[in-house]
Amino acid sequence: MSRVETETAASGKPKEADESAPGPDTNRTLVQILSSQGILIAFGLFMLGFGLFSERFLSLENMESVLRSSAIIGVMALGVTVVVISGNLDLSVGSMLSFGTVMVVDLHDKIGAAPGIAVMMAAVLALGCVNGFLVGILRLNSLIVTLGMLSAIQGLTLIYSGGKNVDIDPSSQDTTWFKVFGRGDIAGLDMPIILFGLLAVILHCIVAYTAFGRRVYAVGGNPTAAVFSGIRRGRVVFSTYVISSFCVGVAAIILGSRVMGSQNNVGQGYELLVLAGVILGGTSLLGGSGSIFETVIGVLILGFIQNGLLLLSYPYYTQWIVTWFVIILAVWLDIAGKRGRLFSPIA
Amino acid sequence: MTKSGPLGWLIRNPIWVFVAIIFVFFSLSTDRFFDIANFRNILVQTSTIGLIALGMTLVMINGNIDLSVGATLALAASVTVDAMGWAVFADWGNWQILPAVLLRLLTGVAIGALNGFIVWKTGVDAFIVTLGAMLGIRGLVFVYTQEQSFFATNFTYSDFDYSSVLGVPTLAIVFLVFTVATHILLSRTVHGSNTYAVGDNREAAVNAGIRVGPHMVVNFVIVGFFAALAGITLSTQMGAATPNLGREFELWVITAVVLGGTKLTGGAGSIIGTFGGVLAIGMLRNGMNLIGVPAFYVLLVLGTILIFVLFLDKQLNRQGDEEIRL
Repeated sequence: MSRVETETAASGKPKEADESAPGPDTNRTLVQILSSQGILIAFGLFMLGFGLFSERFLSLENMESVLRSSAIIGVMALGVTVVVISGNLDLSVGSMLSFGTVMVVDLHDKIGAAPGIAVMMAAVLALGCVNGFLVGILRLNSLIVTLGMLSAIQGLTLIYSGGKNVDIDPSSQDTTWFKVFGRGDIAGLDMPIILFGLLAVILHCIVAYTAFGRRVYAVGGNPTAAVFSGIRRGRVVFSTYVISSFCVGVAAIILGSRVMGSQNNVGQGYELLVLAGVILGGTSLLGGSGSIFETVIGVLILGFIQNGLLLLSYPYYTQWIVTWFVIILAVWLDIAGKRGRLFSPIA
Repeated sequence: MTKSGPLGWLIRNPIWVFVAIIFVFFSLSTDRFFDIANFRNILVQTSTIGLIALGMTLVMINGNIDLSVGATLALAASVTVDAMGWAVFADWGNWQILPAVLLRLLTGVAIGALNGFIVWKTGVDAFIVTLGAMLGIRGLVFVYTQEQSFFATNFTYSDFDYSSVLGVPTLAIVFLVFTVATHILLSRTVHGSNTYAVGDNREAAVNAGIRVGPHMVVNFVIVGFFAALAGITLSTQMGAATPNLGREFELWVITAVVLGGTKLTGGAGSIIGTFGGVLAIGMLRNGMNLIGVPAFYVLLVLGTILIFVLFLDKQLNRQGDEEIRL
């Protein structure tokens, strides 16, 4: 009897988790509608506000420049979103970016661009597999595992580079085809933006329309129910980390190609900026909800905050202070909408 | 409930096994490690991370986390070093250190209170609140300092880390005294048992009549206070405050606390464990330095040990559970 109940509950879960996408619902109050679309409304108001103060803000060139500068954090955030939906965290993406960028730049002059990219991707994917093995198969806490990996990969990067910064031979910087990823364009649209967009569409399709995507939501929404309905939790979690490391690899290629060199701590602190973008998009750290589309919006908001403040000629670090308020406000409104009251009932 | 005696104690605090192994290993591999002067060094070097780790232990036993400690440290350090140069205190001589240090501790307390209050009132997860604060406070530091480094012109302040009482460095004494104080707070007071209760089961704690919100605020204030205090040990050692001071400290501190066996889910952990975690990190950095291993290998070893301790802890505790069932 109880077993049947468990099974129905379990099989019902993936569907439930899938409903996190915005859809019409008759029982919603105005507050709830406002807060469920809060991030888009905030985004709109924000654009409007900056647009009033600076005419350059809404221009096409400026849009392109925001997209271009958000592309690296954006690409990483896509992968991290998948990990977060499955109910885990990935704090190792920042040092993984340093590792990948240093490697791809260093190998460019030693073994050529294409083999360099291949070796770097293999190495980064291997690191993703280690994360996936520790969290998915050994079922260790993801925050601590990826925190440990953050430090370990930082060490690996420094050991690899011997503590020196690397760059591509200046004479070949303009001639190598490797520059296409960071500096090239197709029909006037910059390559980093195209790669970001392409990866976003692909991952959105995987997460929203495939069986694998539904398993990711199921594992994040209710791991026990997911296991009871026959989902191999370990494999799903393992795959999310491989996806995340793949995205970091792509980001490393873009960054390396754009800068044509790399410091060995280039990705330091990125893990938390990336996470800020994911959270701002409305993906819950508890797992089971969120979407790639929302993350793109979240990352763009971060990008536009930075860009708008710069256009209004505030120093670059003021964006961090604004981000502080925006993150907490966004998540607060989201939670307030779900519980139906503004303040927490905790005494 | 669990095994008593030394073996049970070690199973519950596997980090002290590591501390012992590291200690013996380095003592045998270099003659400069087993030396009173070096032990003093280790204590001074670890006092910065150690002090913050004490506060972080309370917050993490609560089931919360504070990622903003590194930024808090930087803001407090900048305020202090700057305040000593203010014209108001110009002819106070060495007394100018007093208002500066008070101002610093106040900064830490205020930020802790703000974080705690937001966590309490909005119900947003502490991870997110303090992640935002980490970015925002770092921004405030840059606004405040205009990207400049401040240098301490008061040499009594910048030489404080060389001072000692009865041969023990003052900074080490500060660290040890606060370790004992926090241990007593956690294990002997009502606030301490409430800390475990709130982290273990928040619902039950509410039903038991604990005012969970204000309780959490107090713990955030404590970690803010310790972050500011740690700024003293760091900025006296450097004689300056840079805007990037304390970057990634949150990660070192969390590593130390987790090495010490505090659970991220809350409800378990101890100051003795945290002290072990702090010592393990300190001895590892110091010892590897002494035997001439490049600094970056420390990062690799530390990350590996963190994951290994987590793995070990899970294995040991699972075995413990099975024993209870039998």
